[in-house]
Amino acid sequence: MKILLPALSPTMETGNLVKWLVKEGDDVLSGDILAEIETDKATMELESPDDGKIEKILVKEGSENISVNTEIALLSVEGEEIEEKIEKPIESLPPVIPNGNDTKIKENNISMGSLLKDQSDSLETKNWSEKEITMREALNQAIEEEMILDKDVFLLGEEVAEYDGAYKVTQGLLDKFGSKRVLDTPISEHGFTGLAIGAAMSGLKPICEFMTFNFSMQAIDQIVNSAAKSLYMSGGEINVPIVFRGPNGAAARVGAQHSQCFISWFSHIPGLLVVTPSNARDAKGLLKSSIRNPNPVVFLEHELLYKEKTNVPEENDFLIPIGKANLIKEGSDITIIGFSMSVQRILNALPSIEKLGIKPDIIDLRSIKPLDEDLVYKSVKKTNRVVIVEDGWGNTSFGSHLSYLIQSNCFDYLDSEIIKVSGKDVPMPYAENLEKLALPNTDEIISAVKKVSYTN
Amino acid sequence: MNKKISNSFSDDQLLKFYEKMFLIRKFEEKAAQLYGAGKIGGFCHLYIGQEAVVIGILSSINSEDTVITAYRDHGHILARGVDPKSVMSELTGRKDGISKGKGGSMHMFSKANRFYGGHGIVGAQVPLGVGIGFAHKYRNEKKISRVYLGDGAMSNGQVFEAFNLASLWELPILFIIENNKYGMGTSIGRSAAGNELFERATVFGIKGEKVNGMNFFTVSDAAIRARDYINKNSKPYIIEMDTYRFRGHSMSDPGLYRTKDEVNKMKEIDPVLMMKESLLKEYNFEEDTIKDIESDIKKQIRDVEKFSLDSPLPDIKELFTEVYL
Repeated sequence: MKILLPALSPTMETGNLVKWLVKEGDDVLSGDILAEIETDKATMELESPDDGKIEKILVKEGSENISVNTEIALLSVEGEEIEEKIEKPIESLPPVIPNGNDTKIKENNISMGSLLKDQSDSLETKNWSEKEITMREALNQAIEEEMILDKDVFLLGEEVAEYDGAYKVTQGLLDKFGSKRVLDTPISEHGFTGLAIGAAMSGLKPICEFMTFNFSMQAIDQIVNSAAKSLYMSGGEINVPIVFRGPNGAAARVGAQHSQCFISWFSHIPGLLVVTPSNARDAKGLLKSSIRNPNPVVFLEHELLYKEKTNVPEENDFLIPIGKANLIKEGSDITIIGFSMSVQRILNALPSIEKLGIKPDIIDLRSIKPLDEDLVYKSVKKTNRVVIVEDGWGNTSFGSHLSYLIQSNCFDYLDSEIIKVSGKDVPMPYAENLEKLALPNTDEIISAVKKVSYTN
Repeated sequence: MNKKISNSFSDDQLLKFYEKMFLIRKFEEKAAQLYGAGKIGGFCHLYIGQEAVVIGILSSINSEDTVITAYRDHGHILARGVDPKSVMSELTGRKDGISKGKGGSMHMFSKANRFYGGHGIVGAQVPLGVGIGFAHKYRNEKKISRVYLGDGAMSNGQVFEAFNLASLWELPILFIIENNKYGMGTSIGRSAAGNELFERATVFGIKGEKVNGMNFFTVSDAAIRARDYINKNSKPYIIEMDTYRFRGHSMSDPGLYRTKDEVNKMKEIDPVLMMKESLLKEYNFEEDTIKDIESDIKKQIRDVEKFSLDSPLPDIKELFTEVYL
C-alpha cells in the first residue's frame, strides 16, 4: 500500500514533512503515528492507514511544499500486494454549472413553478354553500375539518388547548379531539418546534402554532436547518409535512419585540413554502391546502385580520391551491401588489386612487413561495406600471426581490420605475403616532401610485 | 477483565456484534485514508474509539426501533444495517450515495432501516428524536426512539427543552450521551459545570446512569436495562457512555488540546481489541474464527472503496430535485 501525503484540512494543497516517527522495517498498527506534517493551518500527525510493515520511506524528513497525494512511503499489508495499484486519483471534476439548455431551469428567479408539483386544479369556482364568518372562525374550521379527515394531523403550541387559544383560533378543538391531538406546550419554542418536526419526519402532520411568529425566532434553526433542508439532504428520503402557523407582523401597539413581519425571512429559505392570506375565505382554503401539503409550510396570519368577515364555503373539500395569486380588482392602468395586511391598506387607498381617474389591477399574492409569477407578469405587461406594498422592512425584503423579478421578466413593458412601499427601517415604536408612521399608510400608497403614473 | 454478565447472546450473535464493530473500525480507517487522498471533502467525523457504544446499544434494539444522531454518524448508519457501499459513496459525494451525494458525511438517512440522520447542528437532533418518540406513542407503536447526543450537546439549551417535553409527556425515548470527553477541542471540564452529565436529565424526572462505554458488554447490559425500564414504565431513560474518540474531532483537527499519553492510554482499552480479547479468552472462540471475520471485512472494505470511487458524480439535474415534494 502506498502512503500518500494526505489532505489534512479541507483547504490544504501542499505540506511539509517535519519528522518521521518510524523507520523502514518497523511494524505499525492502524492509527499509529507515522510522521508529523505541517499543513496550511497546523502541524498534524499522519496516522497509519492499516496494520503492516514500513517497507520504504520515499520522502525525507525536512522536505517542504510536497503536493497532496505524493507517495511518501510504502506500507506492506497482509493480504495485499505491495505493488497493488491504488485507485488513480479522480480527474478534476467537471464544473457543475446549470445551463438553460440541458437542465431546463430558468436562471435568475426562484423557479418555484418548476420545483413544485402543479397545483392548478383549482376548486374555487364550484358552487359552494357559503356563510359569512371571521378569519378566526375560518382557520378554526380548516383545522377541525382536516383533523376529522386525517388522524395523523395534530395541533400543538402554547395555550392552544385548555385556554382555547391565545387568539381563540383553536377554540373548542380540545373538546372535540382530546388532549392526545390538541396539546398545550410549555413556553419552549425551540424544543416543541423540534419535536413537531421530528414527528413530521416520522409521518405525522403537525400544526405547530406560534403564539406569534416573533417567538419563532427561538426555533428558527429547527425550521430552517431541520424542516426545510431534510428532503434535499436526504436525497428525497425524509419529507417534513408540517404547518407552522400563527399571527405575523404588527398588531397594535405591542412594541418592537412583538411587531415584526417574517415574510422576507422565511421566503428566503429553499425548502419552505410561505403562505399569507388576507381574508377569511383564503385563510380557510389555504390552511387546508397547507395541512395536506407534504412540505413544510409557513402560514403567516395577521392578528388585525382575525375579526374580519367574508363569505366562506362550508364544504370540507373547499381548497385554495398554494401558489395561486388572486386578482381582486381588475383595471388597466397600474398593478398594485400586496399580501396579508397590506392588501387591506391598498383597499383603503383605492377610493382616492379611483378619484384620480386611475384604474388599478390589485393583486393579492396569497402565496409568497411559490409565487404566482404568471399572474403578476400578465398584469404588468398590461398596465406597464407597478407599486408593491409590504408591511415588513424594505431593506433586502421580499418586495425588493419581487421588484427584481418584475424588471427582469417584464423589462420591455415597464413605463416607469417600480415603487415599493415598505415598513420603515426602525424597530416598531410603541407610541400610537409613531407606530402608524412606521407602517405603510394610505398617503404613501397614493403618492407611489401618482409617481409611477406621472400624475399630480 | 470484563465482568461476565447476564446476557443470553448466542455465539452467532456475539460474532455478529464483533463483526459490526470491526466493520465500523475498518470503514472509518478507509474513510480517513480517502479523505487524505482528497476523495472525501468537507467535514468528516470519525467514530473510531466509540464502536462499543453503538454496537452495545444495537444489541438491545428491536429492529423496529428508531435511531437519530448528530454528525458523527457513519458508525450509526452502518450499525443499522445500511450497505457500507452506499454510505461510503455518500462520503465520496457520488450518485450511489445513500443521499444521492447531496447530503455528505453528516447527512445520511434510511427510513427502511429506521435511521433518521445525520444532523449537523449540535443538539438539534435531540428535540427531533423526542418528536419521533412522540410519533411512536401517538400511534401506539411499541417502539423506542434512540436519541444519541455528544457531551458538547449537553450544554445546549434545546436539549433541556427536549428532556422536559420527553418526561412531561412520558415518551418512549432512550437518550444516549456519547461522552467522548471533548466538544470539538474543548474538554468537558472546561465546558460543563456540575457533576455527571446524565444528572442534568434526572432533574426532569428522567432515570439514568453512567456506564463504561469502551466495553461492549457493559454497554449492552445497560442498554437492555434501559429498554426494559422504558417498555415497563413508558418513560424516557438516559445513559451516559464514558467513551473516547481516538481521532480528531474532524479530519482537520491537529489535536493540540490533549496529550499523546492520554490518547495512548485510552488506546489500551480499545473497544474493538477488548471485545476480541473477550471473545477469545472468556467465550473461547477459535482464533481462526475471528481471523476469518476480519479478513472478510477487510476484503469487503476494499470492494466498498472501489465501488465508492467508481460510482459517478450525481447528475447535474439533481441540483434542483428534492427541494420540494
